[in-house]
Amino acid sequence: MNFSESWLRELINVPVDRDGLADQLTMAGLEVELITDCKGQFSNVIVGKVVGITSHPDAVSLNICQVEIGVDDVKTVICGADNVSSGACYPYAMIGAKLPGEIHIEKRTIKGILSEGMLCSESELGLAESAKGIYQLGKNAVPGMDLQSYLDLDDYMFELSLTPNRGDCLSLMGIVREVAVLNKIIFRTTDITPVPKLINTIRNINITAADACPRYCGRIVENVDATVPTPTLIVERLRRSNIRSINVIVDLTNYIMLELGQPMHAFDNSKLKGDINIRFADKKEELIMLDGESRILSDNTLVIADDSGAIAMAGIMGGEISSVTTDTKTLFLESAFFSPQSIMGRARQYGLHTEASHRFERGVDPELAITAMERLTGILIEICGGNPGPVIHIVKDDYLPYEVKIRLRSSRIEKVLGIKIASTRVTDILTHLGFEVVIKLEEWEVTVPTYRFDISIEVDLIEEIARIYGYNQIIGTSPQINIKMGVLNDDQLRNQLIAHTLMTLGYTEVITYSFIDPCLLDILFPDNAPIQLMNPISADMSVMRQSLWPGLISSLLYNIKRQQTRLKIFEIGHVYQSKDNMIEKRLLSGINYGNYLQKQWGIDDRSSDFYDIKSDIEAILNTYLEIKDLVYKKPQNDTLHTFQSTDIYYNNQKLGVLGALNPRIVGKLGLQKSVFLFELDLSLIPVNKTVKYVKFSKYPSIKRDISIIIDEKVPVFEVINHINSSNIASLHNLELFDVYQGEGIDLGKKSLALGLTFQGSSSTLTDEEADIVINNILHSLHEQFKAILRE
Amino acid sequence: MNELDQLLEEANSLISSADDLQVLDKIRVTYLGKKGLLTTRLKELGKLPAEQRPAAGQMINEIKEKIQILISDKKIILENQVYSEKLTSENIDISLPGRGQTQGSLHPITQTLAEIESLFVTIGFKVADGPEIEDNYHNFEALNIPENHPARAMHDTFYIDADKLLRTHTSNVQIRYMKDNKPPMAIIAPGRVYRCDSDMTHTPMFHQVEGLLINEDVTFANLKELLTEFLNQFFKKELQIRFRPSYFPFTEPSAEVDILGENGWMEILGCGMVHPYVLDNVGINSERYNGFAFGMGVERLAMLKYGIDDIRLFFENDIRFLKQF
Repeated sequence: MNFSESWLRELINVPVDRDGLADQLTMAGLEVELITDCKGQFSNVIVGKVVGITSHPDAVSLNICQVEIGVDDVKTVICGADNVSSGACYPYAMIGAKLPGEIHIEKRTIKGILSEGMLCSESELGLAESAKGIYQLGKNAVPGMDLQSYLDLDDYMFELSLTPNRGDCLSLMGIVREVAVLNKIIFRTTDITPVPKLINTIRNINITAADACPRYCGRIVENVDATVPTPTLIVERLRRSNIRSINVIVDLTNYIMLELGQPMHAFDNSKLKGDINIRFADKKEELIMLDGESRILSDNTLVIADDSGAIAMAGIMGGEISSVTTDTKTLFLESAFFSPQSIMGRARQYGLHTEASHRFERGVDPELAITAMERLTGILIEICGGNPGPVIHIVKDDYLPYEVKIRLRSSRIEKVLGIKIASTRVTDILTHLGFEVVIKLEEWEVTVPTYRFDISIEVDLIEEIARIYGYNQIIGTSPQINIKMGVLNDDQLRNQLIAHTLMTLGYTEVITYSFIDPCLLDILFPDNAPIQLMNPISADMSVMRQSLWPGLISSLLYNIKRQQTRLKIFEIGHVYQSKDNMIEKRLLSGINYGNYLQKQWGIDDRSSDFYDIKSDIEAILNTYLEIKDLVYKKPQNDTLHTFQSTDIYYNNQKLGVLGALNPRIVGKLGLQKSVFLFELDLSLIPVNKTVKYVKFSKYPSIKRDISIIIDEKVPVFEVINHINSSNIASLHNLELFDVYQGEGIDLGKKSLALGLTFQGSSSTLTDEEADIVINNILHSLHEQFKAILRE
Repeated sequence: MNELDQLLEEANSLISSADDLQVLDKIRVTYLGKKGLLTTRLKELGKLPAEQRPAAGQMINEIKEKIQILISDKKIILENQVYSEKLTSENIDISLPGRGQTQGSLHPITQTLAEIESLFVTIGFKVADGPEIEDNYHNFEALNIPENHPARAMHDTFYIDADKLLRTHTSNVQIRYMKDNKPPMAIIAPGRVYRCDSDMTHTPMFHQVEGLLINEDVTFANLKELLTEFLNQFFKKELQIRFRPSYFPFTEPSAEVDILGENGWMEILGCGMVHPYVLDNVGINSERYNGFAFGMGVERLAMLKYGIDDIRLFFENDIRFLKQF
């Protein structure tokens, strides 16, 4: 809601300055978002009256206008606008005038004739985005008058950001009511005198949808002159409320809407046939609307209809056929109450949002219709002339909003706000706000004014009291202490610690969008059917991720484009399975790309590989489980490299997967180096490891290194597992310290170097005893893997 | 000069010319070793007449002591020489950078969230979680935002189908938590939320922290105190804070909290007393219990804290941005 400050000050004498007023409104919940100086971005523009027009001899589309700008002071101006007419006043930019956009007006000869200035349109003056023709000023314009002062541009535009509950403030009157309360001014609206009928012409009105339209007023006004220009003051006030001037009739209905808050409509009576009926649209009923669009209506839409069918979408927008033009002579005026429930969401359903629908869906005072009708008739006749008929007023009392009475308890105010407010102050605030108040013992019986649709229960009143009393007058107090320690739960702690571990391992955390590009998804997981958004913000953000990899890969590509050659990133976030299975899982994923280390002095670097990422994963998991209990199995998908990837199992449950991205995909993505990825389901990682202390032997240990040669196809894990599971009591530690293939080893074989540590638990182990154990191990490895000792 | 004095003089000159510890040790052995010159002399004392022995023995011992002192003094000098040579030879440029894996970093949003969480956890709040794909009921209806309510238009919701949507706020967790638990309750719910909006100050995904406290005597004054304390702690200074009346369908009275920055008042979070209809919807007696709820945009807090001017930076994941945190 935007409004002109000077208009407000004309209606109420506000004892505070501009900033004070803005602050008052903001702190009462009517947030002033912006205050704009209305001063025009032009200079040396005055009122000019066209006193003579002749056609340009050498150009059909141009007129030579004689423009009077003072007594005996007439300038010759060439004008191309087709709406220029003799006797009317227009803004005249003198020689030396400046217009918005760095335009300087100079003497110009146009096709042989000297033009001494320019007649301007609203858009040329920066007063409107666009304009048809030059700006015709009102009858009160005096030639020579400075345009800034004629348009009263010494004003400021207030832009209110109103919350949806405050439909009552969508008018000057509404704001005046608030300002009055905030300044403790008793404000009485001036009574509007009814305009008596001069003719008896009426149009019958039937309300079929009484619950949606409990009140409808219609009135015919004959002999109206719709060609007169809208008074400049009204055009300007409309403009300062962001409403464009259309024609005098439409402008006046809008003006009364701004003034009082009642949206109104004027039909061209000659275009109507028969009776008016307010009903819901028939299925597939069609209506060509004021914006020129034809719409098929659905049956939840309230319409104003005549015998020919729908003529307006009630409370939203009128129809084109019955709309008022400058040719209109007889009007049918409408002022009605449409219930918020019957308008809510309807405009949006047709992609519309109008000043009327905005107000009706928030609630327009059901008692305002007649007053507004009389006010509109009065001003209309004053400006356009005309003979009014009687007001036909149809009301369905049973369907009007109930009168709301609320019991407000003093104790409840204190319970909610935490402070005690004096009873007299409470009574005062409510009365000023227009509530009827009956004072009782420690409570009030409050009747809500008809324009407050947002007040129906006790706490609504408490908010009103707090708001006017001032939120900042409420002194904060500590909540009663509830002696319970808050803690992060085990899951949250684990996830935090994992993130920190990864950070120490050199990974940087990223946060990527939950919706991803289906094309990238298709490259990575061609078989997946993700959840799709009905209204994505763009095509490349249209499906919900099922893995964090697409986001990470996008981040990788983004950074590579920005000359990064090495990247270690991870993300923790939700993924969303499929439409049939909306279960969300929290995953941890990472990417390792490029060299193992940042380029640095003194270390020969190498590319990261499978084992680096495996080691990182084991570093994370080590805190929560025994690494030796992990089982690695070949994964069943083509996203990863056939021979450099593995699923990770723990307790027969798949924790996740890690490996190199399939080279085919690496190629498709245009990447140069291998990409190593991992993904773990965080919820499956135990929250802590149960550690049982095992006594360690105090006797000296014996270390033996052996090298064995086995078939290259035998996974090393199986060899180690075989030794470990042989239950050799004295074997204290086993480490693999080399894997070798090449010179000295037969093709198809590999050599493993194992370091074994032996230790007795009750006595010192002898070399002979260790030799026996080693021999047993070698024997067993030979049996199992045909392993031979490397000499 | 007798024979012993000569011995001493010889030893002295040998010791002073010794230039490493091995040479010095050889000298020690030559004079003082088991078969050394002085040791031999002492052993030979027995050959002397008994009355000469004490005087001769004393003389030998004196010389022996002197040589010992000369050697140990020289030893200290030589040792010092060795250490100082070692030090000199191990001179390195300590200004060279350390080696190894460089540390990564946590996303600024994660860091901000962790900070918010730790402040609330300190005073007894629990951290609750909920789904991001939500239904109309938990995201809107239960929060007193019926269909067609003008407030829904403010939310620019992403829909999956007629009923499923991406949550527009973390207030859905409020509803789920209240349904499953009994008062008193104090939770915060951090997480991702989604709205169809994208420009310098909006991204279609962002993070919110929702807070909820329900008990028998919770007041608006308590809400003011808690949030004031939180903001002062979070920004680590005494801020100018104002509570401004506002409107949310799920709280009443409702407020926006502004803090005074260099360019005037800035909206920082929304809050209010939980609306009785919301309590009724989750089966909590709204006559007996009341409470407050608040919600804050994490990106906004992080932007203020770190001086970031474009919200989109958070999700571009440019490593040059992320490494700064």
